[in-house]
Amino acid sequence: MRKFDTKVQHLKYKVLREVARRAWNGTLLEQLYDIPKVIVSGDTPTMRCCVYKERAIVEERVKLAMGGNKNNSNVIEVIDIACDECPMGGYEVTQSCRGCLAHRCEDVCKRGAISFDHNHVAHIDKSKCVECGQCAKVCPFGAIVDFKRPCVRSCKIKAIKVDANKAASIDNNKCISCGACVYQCPFGAISDKSYILDVIDFILKSENNSKYKVYAVVAPSISSQFTYARLGQVISGIKKLGFHSVVEAALGADMVAFSEAKELAEKGFLTSSCCPAFVEYVRKQFPKFADNISHNLSPMATIAKFIKNTDPDAKIVFIGPCTAKKAEFQKEEVRPYIDSVITFEELQALFDSKDIDIMSLGDDVLDNASYYGRIFARCGGLADAVEEALKEQGITDFDLKAISCDGIEECKTALLKASKNVLSCNFIEGMACTGGCIGGAGCLTHGEKNKKEVDAYGQLAMEKSISDAIGILNF
Amino acid sequence: MKVTVCIGSSCHLKGSRQIVEELQYLIANNNLKEKVELGGTFCMGDCKNGVCVTVDGNKYSLTPETTSEFFEKEILAKV
Repeated sequence: MRKFDTKVQHLKYKVLREVARRAWNGTLLEQLYDIPKVIVSGDTPTMRCCVYKERAIVEERVKLAMGGNKNNSNVIEVIDIACDECPMGGYEVTQSCRGCLAHRCEDVCKRGAISFDHNHVAHIDKSKCVECGQCAKVCPFGAIVDFKRPCVRSCKIKAIKVDANKAASIDNNKCISCGACVYQCPFGAISDKSYILDVIDFILKSENNSKYKVYAVVAPSISSQFTYARLGQVISGIKKLGFHSVVEAALGADMVAFSEAKELAEKGFLTSSCCPAFVEYVRKQFPKFADNISHNLSPMATIAKFIKNTDPDAKIVFIGPCTAKKAEFQKEEVRPYIDSVITFEELQALFDSKDIDIMSLGDDVLDNASYYGRIFARCGGLADAVEEALKEQGITDFDLKAISCDGIEECKTALLKASKNVLSCNFIEGMACTGGCIGGAGCLTHGEKNKKEVDAYGQLAMEKSISDAIGILNF
Repeated sequence: MKVTVCIGSSCHLKGSRQIVEELQYLIANNNLKEKVELGGTFCMGDCKNGVCVTVDGNKYSLTPETTSEFFEKEILAKV
């Protein structure tokens, strides 16, 4: 049974689990400093130069598990001492260079940055090189390699720089909290803040949901997660943790699809509002389109708003694949509805902190939404749902031309085209993560098969149309 | 009078949408919109006996088939 993609995720999970375990039984503060020793036991280092450094880093992870630095507004933080200060030399010629005759690298370099030594081996003059990468592309031996830091490479919006101490540093004015760097840093030196302590507090103080009720709103991408168990068992597990009820965020997606279709037909050009990282990106980099961002709240906030209407004392926790949602719920327009956000990684840690083996549980049910709400979890699903919502509402005088942008780079291209009036589309579905939400940084596992799982789960929905799914809300 | 229908997953699968729709229709048809407030809630914690419906706090177990009879007895007769 493999729960995570990487050992970095596993380490983060262990810290979250140990913190949560102590929070449930009220011993966290007295045992706080024991946690690094529990996780890094013995005298032999397994991750770093010595166990003392390993423990010091775990201590930082504990802080993040407890909410992180309150003075930093970003939900994504760099753990300075965990940053390995990877090389960042850019394009370099490696030992694979055989000193050939062709010298394609020299021919393609427009800056004249390539020269050869007496063995005909290529060298790059860094004062001339502009990092265009053409030499690497043409080398038949693949001998020229781009030594970029994985975090810098993963951040397509260029929000990561290197500080004076050579550690990675996030520019909060640019960062959209998508978490790409969190997933990509091989040393786990960048991490999302965790709000599991708030969630545990909500559950404990609800006194078995008697003082108020705690609801879990789960993202549709859950269908591609916890693959070692059945979805029904995951739902049982969430209730066993102490949640009163589990509701599909996909039902909020159905509601959004319906009103977004109407809004689109009225306004003529829209960008989607479901992905909080994409919305942040538009606001920060393309402010002139800020008014074109759909005015609908995200599916998470939309369904939570509905739940709070039925139960004003409710505490609502969103459980999903997304680190940017942790920033979204703290925004003024969302705060009244969502009380906290955790990821699937964190849900796994919470299960294990209470020794809940979900595989041993019976199956509960999760069925609120339609096929269309459920496929929001993967790229292209939102556009399909809006098309269906236009049809179901009989809006025939609007010709939908949607572009589904898979990953923030495609979003950028579409927005650039739109700003130059050369985009032949009237609806931009923006998904900051590649693949859509199923590629989110807070997923336990990522993979090709996840899209299929989401579609298959969509097909299982009892309600076949959006109108039917939201019909139940029509009081 | 406040009538609340459970719209949690389990009750939804047992037909709470049909019950909501039928109650809506019956309430409108009998001109009770002013007197009966119809609402929903995500789970009443009694999934086994769903679809759960409460009338001013008293709980009943319904199916789409028993809804009109329930309406006559518990809503129309008492409102």
